[in-house]
Amino acid sequence: MKWRDPLALIAILLLLWQAMYWVVGDVALTSPVSTFRSLAVMLADPRFWPHVNETLLAFAQGFAIAVVIGLGIGFLLGAHSMTGEVGEPILVALYSIPKVTLYPIILLIVGIGMPAKVAFGAIQGIVPIALFAMNSIRNLNPVFARTGRVLRLSPLASAQRILLPAALPEIVAGIRVGFSLTLVGTLLGEMFGSQRGLGYLLIQAMNLHNMRTIMSVTLLLVIFAASVNAVLLAIDRRLRARA
Amino acid sequence: MKRAGIIRMVVILVAVGALEFLCRTGVISSFVMPAPSTIIYSTVQILASGRFAADIWVTLRNVCISIVAAMVSGVIVGTILHRLPTARRILDPLFATYYAIPVYAFYPLLMVIFGLGDLPQIAVGFLLALMAVIINTLNGLDRVPRVLVKVARMHRLSGWAMDRKVRLPFAAPYVFTGFKLCVAYSFVGVIGAEFITSSRGIGYEISYAYNNFDRERRLLARRRT
Repeated sequence: MKWRDPLALIAILLLLWQAMYWVVGDVALTSPVSTFRSLAVMLADPRFWPHVNETLLAFAQGFAIAVVIGLGIGFLLGAHSMTGEVGEPILVALYSIPKVTLYPIILLIVGIGMPAKVAFGAIQGIVPIALFAMNSIRNLNPVFARTGRVLRLSPLASAQRILLPAALPEIVAGIRVGFSLTLVGTLLGEMFGSQRGLGYLLIQAMNLHNMRTIMSVTLLLVIFAASVNAVLLAIDRRLRARA
Repeated sequence: MKRAGIIRMVVILVAVGALEFLCRTGVISSFVMPAPSTIIYSTVQILASGRFAADIWVTLRNVCISIVAAMVSGVIVGTILHRLPTARRILDPLFATYYAIPVYAFYPLLMVIFGLGDLPQIAVGFLLALMAVIINTLNGLDRVPRVLVKVARMHRLSGWAMDRKVRLPFAAPYVFTGFKLCVAYSFVGVIGAEFITSSRGIGYEISYAYNNFDRERRLLARRRT
């Protein structure tokens, strides 16, 4: 039962894709079979791997920065209620700015190439991680903190043994959202002002109208994002079941 | 105004003031970013000249269409899915992964389906915004207390009447959370799409100004969003 659902979903999506291909034809879409084949060809090509490495490296750095800064801001705003009340609307407002428009400024501040991708990925991820972390701390049952006090735990011990485990499911959910946005951010960062990476391949292929490359790269990205997401989702479920 | 609101205003004013100071003293060179006062000045100037009016109008119209379309279809799809638990269970992983997929990569496909005009951009905004509405509608419908459903059943409300009179009104606050996200995503989607490929709109103007190193115009376009 459990393993059948995702398989059914994948089957449905592949069927839709094939049906779509029959409708719009070769101009806009490649068929699932030929896309998988050209992805395989691509993966066998040694010239392709530097792009993958570049993107992975940029993404890993951006994600690490987003998690550290996001959790830091989130904990601060969550633990101190006044700061939270002041900061939350500012965070939400920042979240709703289309960050693509900030790209040129970021480029000029941090410089072209790798730093721009990392920064662009990170700013997409920071806010959701911070918002989730803030809510997780704020919504903790006050009984937990009081229990810690009754048991005479030091602040550090109570944070470690009670508060963190209780807040963890929400935090993981935030990290999952942050992961997705950082990945999209990194790719967008690569689409403008970059000479390497999967985002660069995508925009290049778009300009040349090379559907084969677009579809293969997109497929690779979807597979990567979906698998990491599935892992994080499984961790999330397990944490929630335990709580 | 509440105390937090006052502090927030102070924080924002201090931040803008600091930016102004850094720009004026040349710590941030005007090459990177003009001072906030300069931005406001050229905003007023360009708005008065009406040079951007057409672009702003196009973008706002596209964003509005995308918002309305996503709101309506999101609530409808969410309500239907809530009544089909099997379909929902199968689609669940898709919902969870949806935002990790770069929609912009599908732009060429959308262009072939919808043509060269504004429709592909509206479609990107719509696709980004739709899922937020669906997810939040489902979330709200899940939280309807059993008692309310039982009372509705006692009054012999049919399925759709129950959705309309009991479930959806109860879910409204959650649905509105989705609407808020929907507005933000529609802006992001439409402007992002204009940025990539288009010949009109605010996003195009930003991209054009960027390529020509016209920072003041770009910042103005951003302030307008």
